[in-house]
Formats: sequence, structure tokens, C-alpha cells
Amino acid sequence: MRSGSVKPNQKSTIDKSPVVELANISKSFPGVVANRDISMRIERATIHAIVGENGAGKSTLMKILYGLHQPDSGTISINGVLTQFKSPSEAIAAGIGMVHQHFMLADNLTILENIILGYEPTSYGVLSLSDARKRVKELASSIGVDLDPDLPISELGVGQRQRVEILKVLFRGADILVLDEPTAVLVPQEVDELFVNLRKLVANGTTILFISHKLDEVLSISDEITVIRQGSTVATVAPNAVDRLKLAELMVGSDLPGHGERATKIGKNIQLSVRDLTVIVKNHKNPVQNVSFDIFESEILGIVGVDGNGQFELCEALLGLVDIQGAVEIGGIDASNLNVRERLDQGLAYIPFDRHREGLMLSASLWENALLGHEVSLSRGPMIDFDAAKKSCREIVEQFGVTTPNELVPAFVLSGGNQQKLVVGRNLAKAPKVLVAAHPTRGIDVGAQAAVWEEIRRSRDAGMSVLLVSADLEEVLGLSDRILVMFDGKISAELDPKKATPQILGKYMTGAQ
Amino acid sequence: MRKSLNTLGSSLGAIVLALVICGVLLLVTGKDPFAAYGKILETGLTGEKLLEMLKRATPLIFSAIAVAIGFKMNLFNIGVEGQYLFAALIAAEMGTHVSLPAPLHVLFILVVAMVSGAAWASIAAILKITRGINEVISTIMLNYIALSFIQWIFETFFRDDSDGGLNVKTTEIASSGRMPDLVDNRLNGMFIVALFVAFLYWVIVFRSRFGFKLRASGLNPIAARTAGIPAKRMILFALLLSGAVAGLVAMPSVIGDVYAYGPSSTPTQFGFAGITVALLGRNHPFGIIVAAMLFGFLDSTSAVLQLSEIPSSIVKVIQAIIVLVVVIVNEASSRRYDRKIAERAALALKSLDVSR
Repeated sequence: MRSGSVKPNQKSTIDKSPVVELANISKSFPGVVANRDISMRIERATIHAIVGENGAGKSTLMKILYGLHQPDSGTISINGVLTQFKSPSEAIAAGIGMVHQHFMLADNLTILENIILGYEPTSYGVLSLSDARKRVKELASSIGVDLDPDLPISELGVGQRQRVEILKVLFRGADILVLDEPTAVLVPQEVDELFVNLRKLVANGTTILFISHKLDEVLSISDEITVIRQGSTVATVAPNAVDRLKLAELMVGSDLPGHGERATKIGKNIQLSVRDLTVIVKNHKNPVQNVSFDIFESEILGIVGVDGNGQFELCEALLGLVDIQGAVEIGGIDASNLNVRERLDQGLAYIPFDRHREGLMLSASLWENALLGHEVSLSRGPMIDFDAAKKSCREIVEQFGVTTPNELVPAFVLSGGNQQKLVVGRNLAKAPKVLVAAHPTRGIDVGAQAAVWEEIRRSRDAGMSVLLVSADLEEVLGLSDRILVMFDGKISAELDPKKATPQILGKYMTGAQ
Repeated sequence: MRKSLNTLGSSLGAIVLALVICGVLLLVTGKDPFAAYGKILETGLTGEKLLEMLKRATPLIFSAIAVAIGFKMNLFNIGVEGQYLFAALIAAEMGTHVSLPAPLHVLFILVVAMVSGAAWASIAAILKITRGINEVISTIMLNYIALSFIQWIFETFFRDDSDGGLNVKTTEIASSGRMPDLVDNRLNGMFIVALFVAFLYWVIVFRSRFGFKLRASGLNPIAARTAGIPAKRMILFALLLSGAVAGLVAMPSVIGDVYAYGPSSTPTQFGFAGITVALLGRNHPFGIIVAAMLFGFLDSTSAVLQLSEIPSSIVKVIQAIIVLVVVIVNEASSRRYDRKIAERAALALKSLDVSR
């Protein structure tokens, strides 16, 4: 499966010695290995793309390069010199500039002021704007950008703001540019403009690291492509040596997971019905467009897609957190106009994308966390029934195998896997009719993952319908009875997990098919 | 329980530390700290001064609880000042327009005060819910608006002109509408009301379902929303409740002492003092009562200090230093406490593993 390194196209005459060399970089966080033995050579004045699924370890690697994380092992060489970055400022001093996916600009300052912010040129302690203005204009024209440096940021469009971000890092002397998903926020015309600018940059001798999962763009812009999967480099290839399909295959891998056995058959009653669901966001593209599906009793419907293709908004819409058009029926009852509480009362349960952000009160005790969402059933009149709440928590701890000394400790003392088991247990304990499970096993160890899968299977066998949203293709293929692929806010395909492979899923997920 | 003992211990330690720092300050200014503290204790611990302590603590308890209700939901109600002054004027005026038997008349005035306080707070709540305006900004602004608005309606409509315009207050409330004294002219029944409100605060915020939703919304608003707790409604209820308690701050004066509202007779600045007391009492009802009494105690001795040529402002300095030290010490000790808990849990987990 491993493709050998292929020489980059010889397009320019500038010296192409390796400017960044990463050797055997490994980095793990408690319970998770983010990068494993990554090695990579990036040659001067080239565009080097790094592709991989979400969670593959791309951004951890870039954070290591930018000094935000320190590797557990492995070395970084810049221009042939071994370096260790303890902070981003050291990386910046070494000529590395990062353009983040989310812009970091002050809206009410001008372009010029934003660019010089933190690096203000002064003469005799007085801000000298005219020098800075001249330099910014030179930089802009050298990459073919035409911007009036005295315009306020608030008057710029997204594409122009990104150009300002690029100018900002160039102003700081960067000759190695890291672009994190630069095209995620751009419309196609803006992407073309950006690419023109990037090519000029490279012609001037700048090296660009281009992180993306949009394969078309990667193939058209880069000189070399490194594929990362599950924390390791899978291959480094030249764009003319691969096509989109091959790249998708490299990204998602080719191991086939086994299918879980089931004790019961899929039922005949529809428990969750979604018709022409569109999520409305003012002044933005609607993140979910005309999505329809049904889930029957004892059925698991998997939804796969690259993050940011509408899955999150779909879950929010099912829960009743956002404005929608279309209809949602839970257990045969029209829930389109119900609020969150009423939908939960109809038998909906939700395992959120991010347990810390949406699931837990970290400083509160386990029993208070288990109580969240079940306040009514665990009350006597208007008062919380403390004994019943603690007992209910102990039952969840027991049944779902949460490892904890007792139910009184705050949630932050538990490991990620045990926190997740608590969140899953809280949602399954009341035997819901419909479970929306978003990344139910993200970032937890293998044992906890198996336990969560087991509980979801058990509840399914008891009749529960599940909408499983996950980026873990193995999980989706192993659990689901049917799979929908979401791309760009729409359902782009319906697949049978028995016939689908990660490669096929990958093609649909990246819009390659 | 262990956590509150931990808090209590670190608070007491912080107070001692604050006294030491103040002692050094006194030394630097050429005063004898032992003489000053001796004087504070000597005068403060007389029966008369202890009653004064309770009297001075009463409005602080109301104000601190009003602030604490907001804090529990991560809402900063800086507008207690405006809410209670507005409530004082409306309640004092309405109290003169009804004739009811004694207990009902008093109750009527208290209810009007709470409703008026809540009404003023509701402006900030509505601004936050509909327009997303930060309550810190809006409540601070509303304080200024309240002051001018109160002055205008007081001068134009409510001022008692029966005495040829010499009275700078509203018409006096009839005797049926006055809160009886617990100790003649020293302490009125509002102190009991304050203790009762502190108890209710504990029941509602720490024991009831509503309180759980409120605290959950404060601990993690996104998780609360995802669990079906309506965020906007909780903001509205929390600010209304906070404003209602704020409405009681001036009642010890309005129905217990002066029997009217007056720009100079109705006490001011309690809204801001309440923030400090809530901070010192860590938003816990028991802590708030103790903190209010400590502040009341220090306030009650300031006049005597003046007489013995110790600047009475030293009391304000002590109060400020106590709050600063307590906040710092509590923060540090609760971090240490969290770490200890995590370590103990890790140990317990290890032994669980071994026993398997």
C-alpha cells in the first residue's frame, strides 16, 4: 500500500534543498497517540500539501512545527539546522508563519494596523506608519494583491481578509508559510485568486505547507502531497502520479471492519422521520439542505462526512436548537415545533459531539452530571430528590462500567473514556426511542470504545433507533444498518455497509464521486 | 461538606492575613496596630455595637444574595444599586396609598419592593435576551438611568409637600406599614427577613430543580441547553429573582427606620458593597451572612476609631484587603483542593484496578 517517494516536478530554477525536515516525530496526549513516527522533507519554494481525515493528526503536526506543542520524540530541522521550538515566537523567529483557518484580525483596525500589530516599526519610540505602509505595499504587489492598506478590516470580504493574514505573516519575515485549510471559507473564484497569489509567493522563494482535505485543490496546487492516516505518514506522492480516487484510498485506508451481529430484526415502525430538513443561517449558506430520511425501530443509520459538511447542524436541528424548514417526527409525533425539552420528553436522546463542551459540567459531581436532563423524573415536587439522583447515578456507574471511586467526585477527575461512558449512560438509562449519537467514541481508548459500542447495540436490540454520526469509518461500517453520506449539506449517497468499503465512503465524502 | 470546610478554613486564614497586612500599613503610617485592633475589638464587642453590627449587616445580606443569584449563573448583576433605590421609592410611595391591617400592610410594601426591583432588573434581562447586550454594561448604565429617573419622579410626583416643601422625602408610611423593632431603636425585624431570605436562597438555588437548572446554566451553558434547559428563560428568571431580592435592600430604612423614601435618608452604595460581600461569602448563604456581619462589625467601629485619632478609613482599607486576600487565597486553595481530589481519585481508581 505504501507508495514510494516521487520526485517533485521541476518547474522553477530556485534551489530546492529541504527547508523543513521532520524526522520520526511522535506525540501522544493522555490516552491518545496523535502523531506516530512522522517523517517528512519539504523542499524550498514548493507547495507541499498535507492531507488526511479529521483527527488523522495533521493539526497536531502543524502545532508541533509552530511551537505550540513539543514532540515526545523526533527532530525538526529548518534549513538544515536542528531546532527545538518552545513557543510560537521561536518558530516565527525561524521564519515560520501560520495562517489559521479562523482569522485573527481586529475588525475595527485598518489593514495596515492589523499587519503591524505586535511588530510595530518605530523610530525614536514613535510609531512610523509610513515605512510600514511602504513595505506592506511592496509585499502586496510582489504576490499580486491589490489592497488599500488604510481600509478597515470590517469592509473586507473573506478572501481579502485571508490575504491580509498572509501579508501579516510575510511582514513578520516568514518564508515558510503554513496554511491550515485555507480554502474552507472561500468560494471557488476566491480559491482561484488565492492560488494565483500562492504561486507568486513560491516563485519568490517562499515555501508553503498546505493542509487540506479537498483533494481537487490539493492536486491542482501542490508540488508534493503527504498523506497522513491515524497519526502516521502513509505516503508522499507527486500530484501527477495519483488521481483523486487513489488519494482518497490512501486517506481512509483499506482495512475492513467486521460487522456486529444482531439479535433482532429491524422493526416496521418509523421512529425518526426527517422530511426536507433545511437549517437556516442568516447571511450564510444553509449548512443543511433538503435532507430527508427515516429510521425504523432497532435500526442504526450511519451518517458519514468530512467534518463541516452539515452533520453538526443536522444534529442541532434534530434536537431543536436551530431554526429549520421541513419536518421532524419523533415516535410518530410531529416534533418540528417542539423545543429541546419537549423533544427529549418524546424519547429523543443525544450524545453530543464534544463531551466537554456540550455534555458535562466538569467541576460538578458525577451525580449532578447524571442528573442533567433528568431533573423532572428525579424530583419530588419542585425539589431535587438528592437520594434518588445519587442512586440513579450509581446505577449508571454500575451498568455502564464507569470506573470511579464514588458518585460524589467532580467529573474532571475521570478519564475521557469514563466521562464518555457517563454521558452515554445518562442518555441510554431512560430507554430512549431515538438516539442521536455524534462521535460516540471520539478520543477514547479501545476498551471504552468497545463498551460504548456494546451499549449502543444492546439498546438497538431493545428497539431503539440510532442516528450515528461519526468520522470513524470503521465504527460506521461496523454498527450501521444503512449509511448516508453527507457532502456540502446534502445527502450525496445511500450505501449498504455490507457492500461499502472505506474507499467507497472516502470517495463520496470528499465529493470525488 | 469537606469542600465547605476547606473554604471556611481558607477564608479565616485569609482574614488573619489581611489583618497582618493592615497592621503593617498602620505601622508604616506611624500608628500602633495593636492599639487600633484593640480599640476595634473593645468597642465592637459591646452589646450596643453588636446590635449595630446586625443592623448594618441586614442590607448587605439582601444585596449580596441578589448579586450571588446572578453569580450562580455567571451573570454579573452590577445593577443592584439602581434596582433597590428604584424599589425603595416605589414601595415607599405605594405604601402610603393603601390601608391594610399591620402584617398585610408590611407584606404589601415588601412585595411591591420586590416587584419593582425585579421590574428594573427585567430591562437588563430583556436587553440581554433579545439583543444580546452584556448585562454588565446594561446594569451599570441602568444604575445611572435609575438615579436620574428616581430623582425626577420623586421631585415631580412623590415628594411630600405637606410641610411647605421642607420635607425632603415621601409621605410617611402609616404605623400599620412599619416593620416592628426587635430591639427598640437598635434593630428592626428586617434582620429576621434577611435571614429568612438567605434560607430561601439556599433552598431555591441549592436544593430545588429550578436552582439546579440555574447552576447548570452557569457551570456549562451549552451542556445545559443541550439537556433541554432553556437558556433565555433561565437568564430572565435569574435576573428577575436577583432584582426582587435587590428590591429589599433599602427596606430596613424605608419601613424600619425612616418610614419614607428620601434622597438623603435612604442609604446608597449597598449595591456595590453587596458584590464584595457575595465574593467574600463565596455565594453561599452561610458565607454571605458571616461576611455581612464581619463588614457590619467593622463598619460599626469606624466612628469610635475616629475619636481615638485612628483614621476611620482604615476600616474601609481592612475590608478591601480582606476581600482581595480572600479571593486570592480561595482561588489558590480551591486549586490545591481540586488537585488533591484528583490525586485521591486516581489512588482510589488504582486500588479498584488492583482488587479486580
